[in-house]
Amino acid sequence: MTPLHELRMALRLLLRDLRAGELTLIAIAVVIAVAGVTTVGFFTDRVQLALNRQANQLLGADLVIAQDRALPAELVQEAQRRQLGVTQMLRFPSMAVRGDKNVLADIKVVAAGYPLRGEVRIADKLYAADRRAQGIPAPGTVWADERILSRLAVAVGDKISIGNKGLQISAVLTQEPDAAIGFINAGPRVMLNEADLAATGLVQTGSRLRYRLQIAGSAEAVDSYRGWLGARLQPGQRIEGIRDARPEIRSALERAEKFLNIAALVSVLLAATAIALAARRFLQRHLDACAMLRCLGAGQGQLMRMYLLHFTVLGAAASLIGCIAGALAQQALAYWLGSVVAVELPRPGWLPAAQGMVTGLALLLSFALPPIVALGRVPTLRVLRRDLGTPGARGATGYALGYAVITGMIFWKASDPRLGAYVVLGFSGAMLVAGALAWLLLKGVSGLRNRGISWRFGIANLRRRPLGTVIQVIALGLGLMALLTLTLIRNDLIGAWQASLPPEAPNRFLVNIQDDQVAQLQRFFAARNVAAPQMHPMIRGRLVSVNGRKVGESEFADERARRQIAREFNLSWAASLPKDNRIVSGRWWSAANAPREQFSMEEGVAQRLGIKVGDRLTFDIAGSPVTATVTSLRKVDWDSFNVNFFLIAPPGLLDGQPVSYVTSFYLPPRHNDLLNALVQQFPNLLVIDVAQIMAQVQIMMTQVSKAVQFVFLFTLLAGLVVFYAAMASTQDERIQQAAVMRTLGASRAQLTRAHLAEFAVIGALAGLVAAAGASGLGFVLAVKVLNLSYNFSPLAWVAGVALGSAGIALAGHLGTRRVLSTPPMLVLRELG
Amino acid sequence: MTILHGVSFSVAAGEAVAVVGVSGSGKSTLLALMAGLDTPSSGGVRIAGQDLFALDEDGRAALRGRSMGFVFQSFQLLAAMTALENVMVPLELAGADGGRDKAAALLQRVGLSERLHHYPKQLSGGEQQRVAIARAFATSPSILLADEPTGNLDAATGAQVIDLMFELNRERNTTLVLVTHDETLSARCGRVIRLAAGTLQA
Repeated sequence: MTPLHELRMALRLLLRDLRAGELTLIAIAVVIAVAGVTTVGFFTDRVQLALNRQANQLLGADLVIAQDRALPAELVQEAQRRQLGVTQMLRFPSMAVRGDKNVLADIKVVAAGYPLRGEVRIADKLYAADRRAQGIPAPGTVWADERILSRLAVAVGDKISIGNKGLQISAVLTQEPDAAIGFINAGPRVMLNEADLAATGLVQTGSRLRYRLQIAGSAEAVDSYRGWLGARLQPGQRIEGIRDARPEIRSALERAEKFLNIAALVSVLLAATAIALAARRFLQRHLDACAMLRCLGAGQGQLMRMYLLHFTVLGAAASLIGCIAGALAQQALAYWLGSVVAVELPRPGWLPAAQGMVTGLALLLSFALPPIVALGRVPTLRVLRRDLGTPGARGATGYALGYAVITGMIFWKASDPRLGAYVVLGFSGAMLVAGALAWLLLKGVSGLRNRGISWRFGIANLRRRPLGTVIQVIALGLGLMALLTLTLIRNDLIGAWQASLPPEAPNRFLVNIQDDQVAQLQRFFAARNVAAPQMHPMIRGRLVSVNGRKVGESEFADERARRQIAREFNLSWAASLPKDNRIVSGRWWSAANAPREQFSMEEGVAQRLGIKVGDRLTFDIAGSPVTATVTSLRKVDWDSFNVNFFLIAPPGLLDGQPVSYVTSFYLPPRHNDLLNALVQQFPNLLVIDVAQIMAQVQIMMTQVSKAVQFVFLFTLLAGLVVFYAAMASTQDERIQQAAVMRTLGASRAQLTRAHLAEFAVIGALAGLVAAAGASGLGFVLAVKVLNLSYNFSPLAWVAGVALGSAGIALAGHLGTRRVLSTPPMLVLRELG
Repeated sequence: MTILHGVSFSVAAGEAVAVVGVSGSGKSTLLALMAGLDTPSSGGVRIAGQDLFALDEDGRAALRGRSMGFVFQSFQLLAAMTALENVMVPLELAGADGGRDKAAALLQRVGLSERLHHYPKQLSGGEQQRVAIARAFATSPSILLADEPTGNLDAATGAQVIDLMFELNRERNTTLVLVTHDETLSARCGRVIRLAAGTLQA
């Protein structure tokens, strides 16, 4: 036979098997695995592409130098000397006020020349057609976005106050290049001319100012300027070019992508199980035909090549369908998550589709290969003697390739050997535990055997193939566990967290309180019969050296550590240990005459930066160095919502440094008049609404868990395919059983009950495994991650068992309806 | 296609009848019709006066459960159940009490008291057929239908099993219809019905 003949024959075999339904489950398993993987691939690819395309736009320039303090004039002069476009920009949060309404706004102060890249668009009134803005707001006027206008209930032409200055809104801001953080919307925006900045009186000690020097020009000029800058860059100054735009979003996205990919791999793993089960059945049903073909002169190699082609074509077709399903599903996901993504997403590239095809083919071939090899080796004598058995069913070793492929996929998707190893170990461990649990449960349900014929029959069926039953229970259990974790357990955790908050936990933070305002504020609160909250001093300083050695962000791999080094620390002083703090190592200063050169550091940040008790830290505070030794590490209960600091010094060490104060307090509901009066009297204060921030965090958590839930839908589907694949391998025996039972006088109802009992038990066991897994996960999350005490939710167990038994009874019933209508006549014939 | 044509006979209570014929003569189809396992395109079967095909599928199953026992060539035990549980099945289906004791007693009667908790695949062919015989007599049926009961057994084992079946049949005065192509077996029955190409031979 020529290769062309072989291909034709392989295709003919494939078509015949497809028509006979021999490949349906295998194809569905591949489609689900590929759809899960490509959904994640397409979606994250679109977000990445959007990020790349927007990089230039996001910067509003070709190069940006950012710092928390005013940038040295030298940088501007050098850029001007090189004929580069330059403009300075300043951003800070402040309250925007109109009458009795106020809103925390993101103020952007711009100068002539802004923006260097991209365009600002404005409109004459809310929701009117917008146009490209010429220049920047005139002095005395501001441009404000829709959120400012609606929250303050103002229109173009009205005046609002920023700090001490009244400013007229002259246009609605609809688009700006360096808008927000791109994907997470920043606060409501007010754009202000730099000429008005001084009059607002907002540039004060403790103000959260972010200066940005924007530079644009020819690529060579910008590169050469960047080179010049390199050596002169000081701690705290950061360069952002197009290539390093938004590193924090990029890395957050990479983490999310990894996580979603690994979640998608759970369905790949289940699909692999289904393929292995279905391929085994395929082998058993094709041995006779293959023996016949060999009798008729087909060589071993020929048979193997034919079936290899057969499965390759099948795999390619199923993977293609999976890719299409993934493309549709990611569209649904993007639509569903609409509000997470503030920008329009571009169309995805082809790479995720290619990865999907590779995944599907690798999965199918690696798990179908043992049966293919076995088919090729079928002894010709089987034509005469059917009992010659199955060749080369070498059990676990046959699947070594499959294990290797799955492990490879995990390492590929984790793109970090350590994470990959953790996931592989985690998966294997979880499987073993779930398997052991399922096996024990299976032993445990034997008691049900004595509860009448339906139960006896159902349980007997389960115990007849304990391995198959255990696989079904694990597969379904995993799917159900994902569901339970994301619904009940998530709600439990949020509930437990909320319950752990004291009822009158502070819900407002006051930031930016000046030295001379402390006493005024205390009088303000006293006059309104509100307990005056404790004012904490706050000093900003940059960590410059540890034990005399300079520190730079490049030394740290951890994202949070790098950011911590790049930014300024908030330092404070206190005589006694704050009440939400607990010393975990070292000692707190007790006597009033204790040495002044001491720091107490928060445990988490110390761990991230690798700092221990005894280390000497030097901070640059407003240009002057302050050095002291770390004498204690504290554990802080951040959930208390009280003001807390990473670093505290004893009174005295920080005397004479520029200080501002912060406080937090509980504002009872319906006391907004207090807030309004506060903002009117102290326009420079920032009121941070913790409740609102928490609401935003919760929205984000909900959306993230929605995305994960979406991906876990594929897990549930894959679990069902495993269930059906395992069931298909018992189909012949079920048909015989049904025929015997009918002959012995069983009614259709009795048979149905027996089947329902069997499937309900599988479902209930899967539900128990799922509840155990979800509760375990919830416990670990609560105790290890969230520091909450965890109450095991009985609902998860009830829901797991109820959902599992009802759902699987239904699914199983649908899968065995054909068996129930078996004519009893079959008992008289030999079953093939 | 007509498999049986113009076949009409009656079997008296307590009688033992053998149905013989070559392969494809319609013996199995005849047995299936007598048991109500299959339905005829025309004609009828009466069991103790009851028209079998006036009943629906469930009705016929119930009737089988009440009044018929079966022994098959390939034993047809339920692989998932022990010997004892297999014998209990018809009792439980009929909703009888004390099934376990009755089944254990029957297994003792067929010489398998040591094998109650073995699964079919742990039993030899002869033992499996003994379990099947115990199962067939579990509900004390008035009719026993046997389809080539020795077909899958070697000669010596087959002879033992057949002796056991006839013994029990006599003890309980059951009506026996035995399908076989084994002339020595048919000779042990009171009457022989011969089938050829779907019709009765004289």
